[in-house]
Amino acid sequence: MNLRRLFAIAFKETLQVWRDPRSLSIALLMPLMQMVLLGYGVSLDIRRVPLCIYDQERSQTSRELVERFVASGWFIAVHHLADARAVRDAMDRGTCAGAVTIPVDFSRELASTGAAGVQTVFDATDANTTAIAIGYAQGVIALAAADFAARWAAAHGTRPPAAGRVDLQPRVWFNETLDSRNFIIPGVVAVILGLVGAQLTSLTVAREWERGTMEQLISTPVTALEVMTGKLIPYFAIGAFNSAFCLCVSVFWFQVPFRGGLGTLVLTTFLFTLVVMGIGYLVSVRIRSQLGASQVALILTMLPTSLLSGYTFPIDQMPAPIQAVTLLVHARYYVTILRAVFLKGSTVLDLAVPILALVLYAAAIVWIAARAFRKRLD
Amino acid sequence: MWARGLHRRFGAVAAVQGIDLAVRRGEIFGLVGPDGAGKTTIMRMLAGVLRPDAGEIRLEGVDVVADPERAKPLLSYMPQRFGLYEDLTVAENIYFYATLFAVPAPVRRARSAELLAAAGLLAFRRRLAGQLSGGMKQKLGLVCALIHTPLVLLLDEPTTGVDPVSRRDFWGILYGLRERGVTILLSTAYMDEAERCSRLALLHAGAIRHCDTPARLKAAMPGALLAVVTPDARAAHAALAGAPGLLGLLLMGDRVHVRVDDAARRAPELRALLAGQGIGAADIAPVEPAIEDVFVALLGPGSPP
Ligand SMILES: Nc1ncnc2c1ncn2[C@@H]1O[C@H](COP(=O)(O)OP(=O)(O)OP(=O)(O)O)[C@@H](O)[C@H]1O
Ligand SMILES: [Mg+2]
Repeated sequence: MNLRRLFAIAFKETLQVWRDPRSLSIALLMPLMQMVLLGYGVSLDIRRVPLCIYDQERSQTSRELVERFVASGWFIAVHHLADARAVRDAMDRGTCAGAVTIPVDFSRELASTGAAGVQTVFDATDANTTAIAIGYAQGVIALAAADFAARWAAAHGTRPPAAGRVDLQPRVWFNETLDSRNFIIPGVVAVILGLVGAQLTSLTVAREWERGTMEQLISTPVTALEVMTGKLIPYFAIGAFNSAFCLCVSVFWFQVPFRGGLGTLVLTTFLFTLVVMGIGYLVSVRIRSQLGASQVALILTMLPTSLLSGYTFPIDQMPAPIQAVTLLVHARYYVTILRAVFLKGSTVLDLAVPILALVLYAAAIVWIAARAFRKRLD
Repeated sequence: MWARGLHRRFGAVAAVQGIDLAVRRGEIFGLVGPDGAGKTTIMRMLAGVLRPDAGEIRLEGVDVVADPERAKPLLSYMPQRFGLYEDLTVAENIYFYATLFAVPAPVRRARSAELLAAAGLLAFRRRLAGQLSGGMKQKLGLVCALIHTPLVLLLDEPTTGVDPVSRRDFWGILYGLRERGVTILLSTAYMDEAERCSRLALLHAGAIRHCDTPARLKAAMPGALLAVVTPDARAAHAALAGAPGLLGLLLMGDRVHVRVDDAARRAPELRALLAGQGIGAADIAPVEPAIEDVFVALLGPGSPP
């Protein structure tokens, strides 16, 4: 490995990236867009769900129930309506995502039996958000029911006859609590870095073939290892920027608590970036058109990272053969690591297994990629 | 540099079949032949970027087929298609190739100034290569190929699209390199350039049909050559087809080159034939063959093996 030649390749590649502002801005803006889309898609929409309140009774107790919805932080009461038609209209116009109807005899029923019915209706156009909002509503109602029952018991000196009638549906979504966002965002970061990194490097060798610069390049004494290392350097810089950006957005914008060490984060992110860029480079060596290479890289990274990394679908709930397949998905290890570093403050030692897996993965990919590039036309 | 028994197929196409050639130090060796004759394929194999199916190549004692990487520091290859980075400037391209060949910075600066001046590109150092004219690109390719001191220079149609003045300068540079003992192999589509080579290989369908100095190739051309000059060369060209004793016909601008078995006997016959067709005022005289004539005579239909 000759350092001056390595530098020449890196310098040339950097100039090419720099002089292609369209690709560069896509490389830098894509993570921002995806962060907003995926991050907001799974988290902030679910807070402050707009509710319509149709309180038929308007008693102190019914107002207390409404207050409990608002105080949970997951809902805001946008309208107080006077009849059932108005509720329907508000839902149709989309001014609220759900409605709570409190019956006329709410406090009377509560006083006599210790329990009472409340109707909630949700707009299920966005099934995911709705499922989560329903979960929140059930949580609010369950808590209220428990409190009301306790009060009834205190007043009557015996358990209310209707106690235990509030039965919660099993939760569809595994992240119904406010922690869902904290759980999802690190996964989003892993998916974004996995996709964007491979996209970046998938073009680099294919571009030389497509533009006809490869023939002259391979007639020089430059080695395959110098070409690979030199070419990856500028993309590593972009990857580092994107990683820092996504992680900062997670902590400072989405307010995911960061309990781990910065060193652990940097080390594991470096390893993951190496794997991802190696995959992109490998695809680029094999496929001689830029469009083809970027599409193959997208397919190779998109499906495994989004479906098999455990970012949305928990791995331990998958069928055993699929679980075995996920062992080959690099993003799986990084998702695990990021969650643990963020939420549990895990150290390198705690994460020895997934880190070792990433190290092996990186070594294998770099080894294969370095050998895949042949200085030949055929 | 020599090659023996080179073969290369692309699927059903036998692009190169059994080439032997040897180029001495300080020689400018030319490859000429029609499109698809296999010139580029030979160049690529000599440059170590394409593996021959069979055959042996030695370049300054290095076995190019077995160990192409050891040969690469010794040679410069300029592909037929422009191979530099269009999104890099002239100076950046030069820096890039100089560094890949480990040229020290002071040498690079001196040489690039010298070569750019010779190529008339000094004023365009900061221009992106993609914004140069076709001829300028071609010259930049040559500058990059010469930025280090190669022992062997392989140039695939280096002057295609270059204006005549620049071509003359370009040949000035090549002669200078020849003086320094550089082995030069080039392919060309220009006959005047073929004439400047010390030796020529006439290539057809992947095989060398003739290989000699331009003068000896001309001497080896069968028959004698007559130039027919008339106001309407095109009509004369058509009229002469099928004339007795005819070996070959070549339209060259305002004249027709007619290759015949016996010049003294055929000249009056041709004049009579043209007069009979109403094409008068023909001036018919023997001429020295140009390399085109040799080319057509030796590679055209019915040519000697
Ligand atoms: N990579 C390739 N794949 C398939 N066929 C090829 C390839 N390269 C060359 N050929 C074929 O081999 C033959 C020789 O091609 P080559 O490019 O060497 O000719 P050439 O003499 O350089 O022609 P030109 O004057 O047009 O540049 C042609 O028939 C061509 O179609
Ligand atoms: Mg060619």
